[in-house]
Amino acid sequence: MTANATTITVPASGLEKASRTRPVLDTWLIFRRSVILTLRQPTWLLFGIMYPVLYLVLFGPLLKGAVAQAGGGANAYNWFVPGLLVQVALFGSAFVGFGLIAELRYGVIERMRVTPMSRTAMLLGRSLRDVVLLLVQALIMIALSIPFGLELNPAGIVATLGVLALIGLGMAPLSYAAALALKSEDAFAPLVQGVTMPLLLLSGILLPMALAPGWLQFLSSINPLTHAVDAVRALFNGQWGDPEIVIGVALAAVIAIVAVRVAGRSFSRANA
Amino acid sequence: MTAGVPGAGGSMIETRDLRRTFKTRSGAVEAVRGVDLDVASGEIFGFLGPNGAGKTTTLRMLATLLRPTSGAATVAGADLAREPQTVRRRIGYVPQGGSTDPAETGRGELVLQGRLYGLSKADAERRAVEVLTTLELDGAADRPTGTYSGGMRRRLDVGLGIVHRPMVLFLDEPTTGLDPQARARMWEEIQRLREQGTTVFLTTHYLEEADALCDRLAIIDHGRVVARGTSDELKHEVAGDVVRIGVDGAGASVLALVQAMPFVREASLDEDTNLVRLYVDRGETAVPQLLRSLDAAGFAPTSIALNKPSLDDVFLRQTGRSLREEAA
Repeated sequence: MTANATTITVPASGLEKASRTRPVLDTWLIFRRSVILTLRQPTWLLFGIMYPVLYLVLFGPLLKGAVAQAGGGANAYNWFVPGLLVQVALFGSAFVGFGLIAELRYGVIERMRVTPMSRTAMLLGRSLRDVVLLLVQALIMIALSIPFGLELNPAGIVATLGVLALIGLGMAPLSYAAALALKSEDAFAPLVQGVTMPLLLLSGILLPMALAPGWLQFLSSINPLTHAVDAVRALFNGQWGDPEIVIGVALAAVIAIVAVRVAGRSFSRANA
Repeated sequence: MTAGVPGAGGSMIETRDLRRTFKTRSGAVEAVRGVDLDVASGEIFGFLGPNGAGKTTTLRMLATLLRPTSGAATVAGADLAREPQTVRRRIGYVPQGGSTDPAETGRGELVLQGRLYGLSKADAERRAVEVLTTLELDGAADRPTGTYSGGMRRRLDVGLGIVHRPMVLFLDEPTTGLDPQARARMWEEIQRLREQGTTVFLTTHYLEEADALCDRLAIIDHGRVVARGTSDELKHEVAGDVVRIGVDGAGASVLALVQAMPFVREASLDEDTNLVRLYVDRGETAVPQLLRSLDAAGFAPTSIALNKPSLDDVFLRQTGRSLREEAA
């Protein structure tokens, strides 16, 4: 600086000093805002668990024979509900891009991109909100299943929530990346439907894949969600020695890491 | 370190041969084709042009939202390509279509914005109150922005752009869609910002806005700056007065007639309106002579108008089109 005393504006205190981005604080700020704004429109809760609840009430009773026949254990609901929890996690995160498209339209994303805030925080703040909401939905789902005779294992529930969080951290960022790329509900909705439906049908959430013909079993085995479902079934029921746990958790973790990196990049370069 | 912060009277925005090409399915579109600008600190600089001229693209490049295809720029003392984070810290940007979530309150948006710019919680809250009071939004501070009127929402957008006291504020079409009263209000706010030392760079397609509000302006068309200067300088370039003559169905013959007259500097025919437009040195003496000559040649003018040149005449002279008709 020279002796030029008349700089035009006096920067607010601390502004020029903070030359590095603060990803943790920014993530918290975006998380907090997103949670508050979502809670102002509480329909998310109903919308997110509507289908799983319908499956629980109207489809679950059909399962008793099928599950026993496929060797799924004595309690059909302890086989079925963990799968529904994965469905809650999937639906709770795959559709979150809709909200981002709305924010793009409001100009909120553009306004944030012109601030010095961390680009990763724009993604993580929102994704963590999605994870928290889907965990709340999963807990509601578990509570609703108790009257049907679901047996609870507290450690198993905690472990299950951990895997559901990983699934959310894998799907929500991908949903956001797709929303940033497509920018319109009309293009986004068929894409998400087209991806989630086959994932769901091939995951063995609804019926045991042991009942399927060979080619269907093969398609199911290359679906990462199948392994997540198997892992959640084992964890939920406290079958800690099941080898599917390692496979399912590792796959979910790898996908989450890749998804956050890919989507983080599209937030930094997106030209809305 | 605050090295590179420009001093008063210096240059706040400098661009050299700034270009941006978009790839579309039908090929490359050159939205901005070599823009050179020099905006002094403390002025209101207007970027005037029709829709699609490249105004918003230029603005978005200067606000770090869009990477230039080529060219260089310095904004608020920082190099746009090398130090985008420093640029972001020193500028504010108010996008064209709004910037608020309808479910969030005005105060909530301002506090968050302050925190994203690095203010502490207490500072951000204090600053939000300050901005709300200045913009007379304090009564609506805790209402969701979805309940605001268009003018209020636009003022809040500006508030979000100035929460961190930027050196330069970019405003993209700040008054588009506002009623006359809200527009006058917005002009006052912009002038007040300038008085406080903020450099304002705005785009507009309103001639009146560019004329009344901007200290200097650049006229942009098809991605190129076609004229620049103060409003008066630009109008001065259109030498003399403007006369418009309407002669039913005989535009071309009238054009040929007036072009031969010694006091007519330039003349052109608007095919759509069939109006002959001429630039003359002294309108008040030219009009009677014109009428006599037209009469002698057997033409009966249906209308005749004499005006001092407007920014629209400047635009028309440079581009061959009327901005007023483009906007309509």
